[in-house]
Amino acid sequence: MAQQINVFAQNQPGRLERLTQVLMEIGINIRAITISGSEDYGVLKLLVDDPPKAFEALQVEGFSAFMKDVVAVVMDDQPGGLFRVCRALGERGVNVEDAYGFVVKDRQTAILVIEVEKIPEAEEIVTGAGFRIMSDEELYSL
Amino acid sequence: MHQDAEYWNPEFELLDREAIETLQLQRLKETLERCDRSPFYKEWFQKAGFDPASIASLADIARLPLMDKATLRNTDPTSFLTVGMEDIVRMHSSSGTSGQATVIFHTAGDINTWSNMVARCIYMAGVRRSDVFQNMMGYGLFTGGLGLHYAAERIGAMVIPAGSGNSKRQIQLMMEFNTTVIHIIPSYALYLLEVFKEMGVDPRRDTHLRIAVLGAEPHTEGLRSRVQEAYGLEAFNCYGLSEMSGPGVAFECPEKKGLHVWEDYYLLEVVDPVTMQTVEEGEEGELVFTSLCREGMPLLRYRTRDLASTYAGDCACGRSHRRISRIKGRSDDMFIVKGVNIFPMQVEKILLAALGIGSNYRIILDTIESKDEMRVLVEVSGEMWHGEVNELNRLKAGIAEELRREILISPVIELVEPGSLSQTEGKAVRVTDKRNQARRD
Ligand SMILES: [Zn+2]
Repeated sequence: MAQQINVFAQNQPGRLERLTQVLMEIGINIRAITISGSEDYGVLKLLVDDPPKAFEALQVEGFSAFMKDVVAVVMDDQPGGLFRVCRALGERGVNVEDAYGFVVKDRQTAILVIEVEKIPEAEEIVTGAGFRIMSDEELYSL
Repeated sequence: MHQDAEYWNPEFELLDREAIETLQLQRLKETLERCDRSPFYKEWFQKAGFDPASIASLADIARLPLMDKATLRNTDPTSFLTVGMEDIVRMHSSSGTSGQATVIFHTAGDINTWSNMVARCIYMAGVRRSDVFQNMMGYGLFTGGLGLHYAAERIGAMVIPAGSGNSKRQIQLMMEFNTTVIHIIPSYALYLLEVFKEMGVDPRRDTHLRIAVLGAEPHTEGLRSRVQEAYGLEAFNCYGLSEMSGPGVAFECPEKKGLHVWEDYYLLEVVDPVTMQTVEEGEEGELVFTSLCREGMPLLRYRTRDLASTYAGDCACGRSHRRISRIKGRSDDMFIVKGVNIFPMQVEKILLAALGIGSNYRIILDTIESKDEMRVLVEVSGEMWHGEVNELNRLKAGIAEELRREILISPVIELVEPGSLSQTEGKAVRVTDKRNQARRD
């Protein structure tokens, strides 16, 4: 199962810099990064090529970090993909806690990363709606 | 001393109320007689129009004025002595963070009495000669280290005089010498858990710890539970102050319903810190002590600034020595925000309840647009959440609501990164008051 890393961070100058420096120093590549948060703090969500290694390094550096299971959905390059995924999940009562997308190097494929509570069920629904789920090996080696 | 006995000093520990008070009156008279030989007390008695021979009951002590740290600071410490300087074998001095340091002189008899008193405390908690006692308190002028060191040796335990700080070494010592008892500052015990984690050592599984003596810092029941659970041991609260020799003035028995004050050594009064009148039993007030066994430098009616209440009645452990509650604050670390009296302990209690764990926090008081502002900074630790921002928002709102209920004003809650409220290896700084600076600007 694919995993991302969630890290607590204060909204202060230099925090993101320190975090990315920790990861750079141990040779971690960041595939995608988003921030969800409030006025004075937030949670950084990082998709990296080696989550366990990144997680350990961040913990040692004193960050409050978590490994979160996520579903990585391969999107075709047509409009409405996100809507169709969300609708399929919504109809079956699976709540999307957070989601973000990014485009991979070939610029043809987009990946939608979703955080949900019931991962196996979500995977089944998304696959049933005609989407492909990216394996963790494939995701980390992008 | 038979180490399977239940009490260290049964002849004193098991005295009933009447016998305790008879002994106290006898020792009070002896103390006052001795004080009459000291230049300071001679003048003190004269000024108060007090005749030491006139004491007929314990209540008569109220005819003497109270003394406090300022009295000690403003007086040459040798003028308190009731013996010659050649009879003094040791001095201790309390930290001079808020003014000149205070000095207490001890005779050989005083050190002996104190050591026995602290031995009584830790024996009550279950420490025996087969124990390995790692003393993680500062040695030197501070009384915490030496007080417990002598006591543990007197029982016959092996003492590791580790001193304070040097966290990794502390853990290595515990592992290498199979430490069973630790004497530690409670906030440092929490901090040390992080070091255990870093070193990949689980204190429950990988050590032989069974007893912790938590001293030198008031703490909450929640903090004790947290230490007990994380370390897998029984933690006992130890109270003392250097002016009353040091740690061990009061200590918890296994019932853990208050700390027994050793009333054969001290006369305890609980007074209203404003009116100085004795409060009703069970009511909160400032602890005032008179030493009953000190030879070198007796102190009479000494104000501790520590706030606590007493429990009525005998304890199930068999002792009738009066019990005091946890220290609920200090009459001088209370701060006032928007006209409301607040103690840091109140904030700590709420945080522990809301987070279920001990967390580093700091209270910042500031003046914003000529109004008081109170901010509470809380470190986000791994145990508080599971990676979702919503959890943190809820947590923050919950803490704000609970605090508003407890202290009747609404402080600003700020969640901060772990480690940002730099925890030193000593007493934690809980309140930073920037209001005076702001007024000067
Ligand atoms: Zn008891």
